[in-house]
Amino acid sequence: MKFGSLLVTSAIAVPAIALAVISQTGWPAAAPPPSGFASPRTVTITPGTLAYRMPGEFLKSERPVDAPKEDVRFRRPFEIMAYQVSISDYGQCVADGACEAAEGASDNKGALPATGVSFRDATAYASWLSGRTGETWRLPTDEEWAFAAAERFTDDTLGIEETNNPAARWLARYRSEAEAAKGRDPEPKPHGHFGANSKGVYDLAGNVWEWTSTCYRRASVNHQGDVESSTDNCGVRVTGGQHRGYMSFFIRDGKSGGCAAGMAPDNLGIRLVKERPSLFAALKAFWRSAAG
Amino acid sequence: MLTRREALLGTATGAAAAALLGSVLATPALAQAKVADIAGLPRVKVDLVAPPFAHAHDQVAKGGPKIIEYRMTIKEQPMVIDGEGTTLRAMTYEGSMPGPLMIVHEGDYVELTLVNPETNEMPHNIDFHAATGALGGGALTHVNPGEQAVLRWKATRTGTFVYHCAPTGMIPWHVVSGMSGAVMVLPRDGLKDEAGKPLKYDRIFYVGEHDLYVPRDENGKYKKYESLGDSYDETLKVMRGLIPTHVVFNGKVGALTGDNALKAKVGETVLFVHAQANRDTRPHLIGGHGDHVWEEGKFINPPAKDLETWFIRGGSAGAALYTFLQPGVYAYVNHNLIEAAELGATAHVMVEGEWNDDLMKQVQAPGPIPTN
Repeated sequence: MKFGSLLVTSAIAVPAIALAVISQTGWPAAAPPPSGFASPRTVTITPGTLAYRMPGEFLKSERPVDAPKEDVRFRRPFEIMAYQVSISDYGQCVADGACEAAEGASDNKGALPATGVSFRDATAYASWLSGRTGETWRLPTDEEWAFAAAERFTDDTLGIEETNNPAARWLARYRSEAEAAKGRDPEPKPHGHFGANSKGVYDLAGNVWEWTSTCYRRASVNHQGDVESSTDNCGVRVTGGQHRGYMSFFIRDGKSGGCAAGMAPDNLGIRLVKERPSLFAALKAFWRSAAG
Repeated sequence: MLTRREALLGTATGAAAAALLGSVLATPALAQAKVADIAGLPRVKVDLVAPPFAHAHDQVAKGGPKIIEYRMTIKEQPMVIDGEGTTLRAMTYEGSMPGPLMIVHEGDYVELTLVNPETNEMPHNIDFHAATGALGGGALTHVNPGEQAVLRWKATRTGTFVYHCAPTGMIPWHVVSGMSGAVMVLPRDGLKDEAGKPLKYDRIFYVGEHDLYVPRDENGKYKKYESLGDSYDETLKVMRGLIPTHVVFNGKVGALTGDNALKAKVGETVLFVHAQANRDTRPHLIGGHGDHVWEEGKFINPPAKDLETWFIRGGSAGAALYTFLQPGVYAYVNHNLIEAAELGATAHVMVEGEWNDDLMKQVQAPGPIPTN
């Protein structure tokens, strides 16, 4: 069984929000890190709370409305890559036979981010990196991405009155995404080009969107704005960037056009979170080394 | 003495007059007189407008025939044709793909000054499908870099017509490098439906579709060239495969989407003029229709009605009239959907207005499937 598909199945079973607080135990046994392989540089995101606009599509009385906000508490710090995975980082995974060649540029002039990668590619890379470093790497959840992105996270509310005219939201969404895309150069830029945010994370919300593990959700909310029922579709994942994107897990190059009258991400790339060893994981590692 | 008017109208009588008429018609003097006559027509200088829009014009002609003067400068320039920065060594009329739309009335004369600046590499010309003789004017407009020529032709047939560059030996290359556009010759009394009732439009959306053939390097990446001459051999090889690398509206993937999306309102009538100088296409307005469609573009033929998709033959321009009935974001595509979504042939129209529940309503929003 391919690791990519394993992760898809496990993520269906584990609600996305739980991923933020439950340390994962399902990762393959860590091989000792080979000498000379540097673990990617990370930034520590310190605990805090986030007034979080939920991703997905929300209906109230069968009409689309802005997603409700909820307060998400991050009780533990987490580590996130300071930069997006570069072409040469990703190339090592390809050379090891654990990742498929990316669709984006392969010529790594000046530390360009790897682009043209699907959700499957991103999870395969996380699995490979975990094996190479003996650490646990995974995609961030959308909550984690939003929290780490801080002021670079775009609240994708449309803030328009509830109306019987379904076209009002389509037009407002189109307008806001078209405005954001105006004059944007889609050519991937070297690491650091878009600068760091207030938390020290580089190139967030530049022109490379980042995969998250969060599944697309359609939900009904009541008049208080509480979710009453929802359906998750894990064939589609949330991508973080200048605006939120929803992409099928196998897509490497998001496109608009035809019936899809929205603006697609310029590029798809990878930024991973490193799990801090939980007490359980530490015990397991201790037991393993003792038994071995 | 037979007057020129009598000779033209055949009002003089008798065998001698008839014989005289024959000889007069054959003399160059009469042709000179005709030119002098045309010289008496009012002249209107019209500035061309970049696509997807059209220059100001009357839908119903005011007064008699005129000479409409246009000036087009040929621009050879690198143009980015997609979001990935792929660059085409383009050849264009006025710097746009397609070249600007010219609108005149039947009986008017088009007088074009075609300028080929000396900074260009190539000789060029123009073949108007709407014009009669001399390869559509191509044989009389061959201009080398540093030259200009003036061509006058009479608009004798109504409709939308393609124009394109047609230099000896290199016609397809110039056309698939950007050198095509359209002329619309309106009936003097405007457009009419199949019963002869007048039809009006609030705006024109002028869409020029180009199939482009950009060579790739050994890694599959699109190549960039330093000059037109450098690009010729390899471009020709791709062209001969007949599979375009890009099929674009108005010169670029996304030229008519996002911030450049077309805009209209519910209740407004739009005339879509669609030109393709080289390859067949099949426009379709997703969520709308063609109320009155001149597939072949020629207004003397009654328009087809209520079409879902219409066919534009390569080497022609067609026209479709539609009144928007619902608000929303419409996609106007080449309904070979691979060409629309993968190769670029998509435009968007943002239409504002009130939703009509009678025409369409979501009776139940998507939700869980009931289990009992």
